[in-house]
Amino acid sequence: MGRFHRHTDGTEHTHDHHHDHDHRDVGDHSGYAETGVSRVAVLESILSENDRVADANREDLVAGGVWAVNIMSSPGAGKTALLKRTLVALGEEVRVGVLEGDIATSLDADELGGLGAAISLVNTSAGFGGECHLDAVMVRSGLTRLPLDQLDLLLIENVGNLVCPAEFDVGQHARAMVYAVTEGEEKPLKYPVMFRAADVVVVNKVDLLPHLDFDLDLFLSNLRAINPTATVIQLSARTGEGVDEWCTWLRQHLVSADQASASRT
Amino acid sequence: MHELSLGQAILDHTLARAGDRPVRCVEVRIGHLRQVVPDSLQFAWEMLTESTDLADCELVIEHVPAVVHCNACGADTTLDLPVLACAACEDMGVELRSGEELELAWIDVAEGAR
Repeated sequence: MGRFHRHTDGTEHTHDHHHDHDHRDVGDHSGYAETGVSRVAVLESILSENDRVADANREDLVAGGVWAVNIMSSPGAGKTALLKRTLVALGEEVRVGVLEGDIATSLDADELGGLGAAISLVNTSAGFGGECHLDAVMVRSGLTRLPLDQLDLLLIENVGNLVCPAEFDVGQHARAMVYAVTEGEEKPLKYPVMFRAADVVVVNKVDLLPHLDFDLDLFLSNLRAINPTATVIQLSARTGEGVDEWCTWLRQHLVSADQASASRT
Repeated sequence: MHELSLGQAILDHTLARAGDRPVRCVEVRIGHLRQVVPDSLQFAWEMLTESTDLADCELVIEHVPAVVHCNACGADTTLDLPVLACAACEDMGVELRSGEELELAWIDVAEGAR
């Protein structure tokens, strides 16, 4: 693709970039012709700084005895409705915190208020006009507003988006993806990064199946082609059908995390 | 639009490595399975470096194909679709050998100060 250049002598042009030349030969394009150019090998993940902060988040969560799940989906798949059901179902049995990521507004956080959970709202609009995902640094700042030592479970509601949130480790212990049957069977093939990242795929809005042409078997075979190992839970956050299975999945992980932490001490 | 976040991360890395030396060129290696749009990343890079002293710094994006090794037939094949299956025998018992890269490979720095 063309690359616009502005040189120190004031001339400007674009030139096509070809991969068959040696980048050490900076030639007339250098603007620093009087100096040598050396290549510094880096070979480091672009997201290493994010990953470092994510690891620190995970350590803080473990130290506080908290197990965290990063919940991702496209907008409108039913994350907030599922969270609401989850808070009601877990009741006082599990001490839950919610880290609510939204580009703007506190509407989702407001909806989850009064259900006994500690809620921390992270508006991502502080980034470049509204980041489309949570990253580890945003979650780190959200964690400071939660009483970690008084929680067992942290539900991180990511920004509604089927692409970007999957790329960013925020320090969670597991990734859950909420997918609604209204989204079409082909979505795993179109958004493989998200579907590959999920430890559990919650298939939501199954109460609508009688009214749709949705082919559940085709969806499941597409999902398996991308992610053969994810747990699949079918439910309706609207009617409550299947929510027990989701809560059981959460409880099992809380127990395993407890046992792992007990065996370390 | 996580390309903007990636561009910012590449820029942060580059500045940390280069110190105050001028940077001529940066190469990143992006795996086929990463869903990064090269034109968007290039656009983000130009936006982020515009009117800075890295405005002339070129971003080279190397696309790394997704290669799987088949445990059934032993073939190494390249995936076009993200479906994790051997392209030779269609068996799904495969190990991913490449395609998830998201790394800063190298930077070309000049002598002197920016």
